[in-house]
Amino acid sequence: MVALKDFRKISDYEWEIPTSFRHDMRVPVRLFATRDLLEASLDDLSIEQAVNAATLPGLVGHVIVMPDMHQGYGFPIGGVAATALPDGVISPGAIGYDINCGVRLLGSSIELEAAEPFLSDLATALDHYCPSGVGSHGGYPVTDAELDQVCRQGAAWGMKRGLATEQDLRRTEEGGALSGADPAAVSARAKARGRPQLGTLGAGNHFIEVDVVEQVFDAGAAQVMGLQEGMLTLQIHCGSRGFGHQICSDYVAQFQEAVRRYGIKLPDRELVCAPMDSPEGKAYIAAMRAAANYAFLNRQILAHGARQAFEAVLAGKVRNWHLHQIYDIAHNMGKEETHTVDGRQMRVCVHRKGATRAFGPGAPGLPEEYRSTGQPVLVPGSMGTASWVLVGTEGSMERSFGSSCHGAGRVLSRSQAKKEIRGDELRRTLEKRGIHVRAGSLPGLAEEAPQAYKDVDEVIKTVTGAGIARKVARLRPVAVIKG
Amino acid sequence: MEPTGFEEHRHTADWALRVWAPDMAGLLEQAARGMYLLMGVERRDEPRAERELEISAPDPESLLVSFLSELLFILEQEYLVFDSFDIEAGTSHVSARLGGAPCSAIAKEIKAVTYHKLNVQETSQGLEVTIVFDV
Repeated sequence: MVALKDFRKISDYEWEIPTSFRHDMRVPVRLFATRDLLEASLDDLSIEQAVNAATLPGLVGHVIVMPDMHQGYGFPIGGVAATALPDGVISPGAIGYDINCGVRLLGSSIELEAAEPFLSDLATALDHYCPSGVGSHGGYPVTDAELDQVCRQGAAWGMKRGLATEQDLRRTEEGGALSGADPAAVSARAKARGRPQLGTLGAGNHFIEVDVVEQVFDAGAAQVMGLQEGMLTLQIHCGSRGFGHQICSDYVAQFQEAVRRYGIKLPDRELVCAPMDSPEGKAYIAAMRAAANYAFLNRQILAHGARQAFEAVLAGKVRNWHLHQIYDIAHNMGKEETHTVDGRQMRVCVHRKGATRAFGPGAPGLPEEYRSTGQPVLVPGSMGTASWVLVGTEGSMERSFGSSCHGAGRVLSRSQAKKEIRGDELRRTLEKRGIHVRAGSLPGLAEEAPQAYKDVDEVIKTVTGAGIARKVARLRPVAVIKG
Repeated sequence: MEPTGFEEHRHTADWALRVWAPDMAGLLEQAARGMYLLMGVERRDEPRAERELEISAPDPESLLVSFLSELLFILEQEYLVFDSFDIEAGTSHVSARLGGAPCSAIAKEIKAVTYHKLNVQETSQGLEVTIVFDV
């Protein structure tokens, strides 16, 4: 068990567990947290999981843990780990089953006051145009040949079909398509699951949310993004659906044998991995990138559906009902990037699981308009609480492999949430506060109640206090659609 | 304690299910029943359908993950849920004849069956394991 005495305090927002804590750690663990958040994290296994993650071969720097950390499976949610190319390992469990789960934020010039009478209709229309729920079908089903194209082209596949604009792609991480994706590395079973589910939201913690910009903190960055106080925005949170889940499951199973072959000893079988330059490692990377591209297109199609919903409800009722892309960013992904480690520039694979890329000003790969502001970092809250728009900083590049937090972070177990919260009561409470809710499952809604999550503002205070992100705007929900 | 059974365990983000049974066949059946219950799967009475499964895996934990993953795949693709389990299982192979019917509702989705701390342990009563599902 890890205790508070095992941490070395670096600042009010940063703590370290040295490698002397456990003999098999290869690098220290560095946590971004206030003392309160740190103490709360000792209630579950998240810190122990971070220590386990620090045993992966080929790690450099530190294993980083974000303030929204919570217990996951194998690797903690909110974890970041970088392994050196070419022979450091890649670990599917350190990226997660929902490959390229992420968030897309769209902005508008629709004033809340003008849209308020139509918000209930808008929630219903979003629920209609963006299929959701368990195993949801009815989105944008594709053939086998089309799915192979999707694997390689990602969100760009939607351009010719009128589902995406040039600005959408430019304002998506990696332009919405990772190179090196190979559908041949994807199983027939993953493809069977992926074909009918494209363009669907799914269930669980995935959602579509209409928010209003409550407060702007950085007027310059907000102007570049097109965020104005009192105007509506739309967030989409989802990933690669059964396609990505199956790819991860396939490779976690295959890698059980690979770790024996490569003589890798690990404290948890969910952390199985393979050297990036091995045949197994290369195959997983090619398949993971295919799932990432599927997810980029999935959120693109959902954004298209959301635009249709806005047009159906608000055309003729507000002056301009257009939704423009602000950014689309992954928070479950493995990416090859260049970072400075111990004063030396090196190529690494950054595993982010429940952590958002947060590149600072001037970082490569950012669209022209965000080069001086830094990359938008999208941090959804829980239903009923605030969400935040941040930007990456020089500090995130220096200290967290260009990464920041991804959400509020769970604090209450699902079993506790089910016992303590009733879905129908929660819906009534949210509606009373002016938040329109459409939910496929009331027990599912209860598990995702705001009480089940940490205080997102405390999480934001940590990452901005630590200097690994900067505040741009705070958003308040007015309509939530959950599967 | 009953010789076979399952119960939900506390887990912050996901679902954890503790399962126990006298042998591997019983463990697989209880794990399947517990998984369906966590998902809120409801079953129609008919039409009845049968499936035969043959699964090999290097160890009992992998066998458990493969078996449950197979049931999730059948549920997602065919909307079929099983309530009758005729299973022969060793530590590395399972032969199963399963009977069931179409599901009428699923409340919650499981993304995957994980290997997190997965360890099929021998007890004085038989076997026991805790499974974490990614949801």
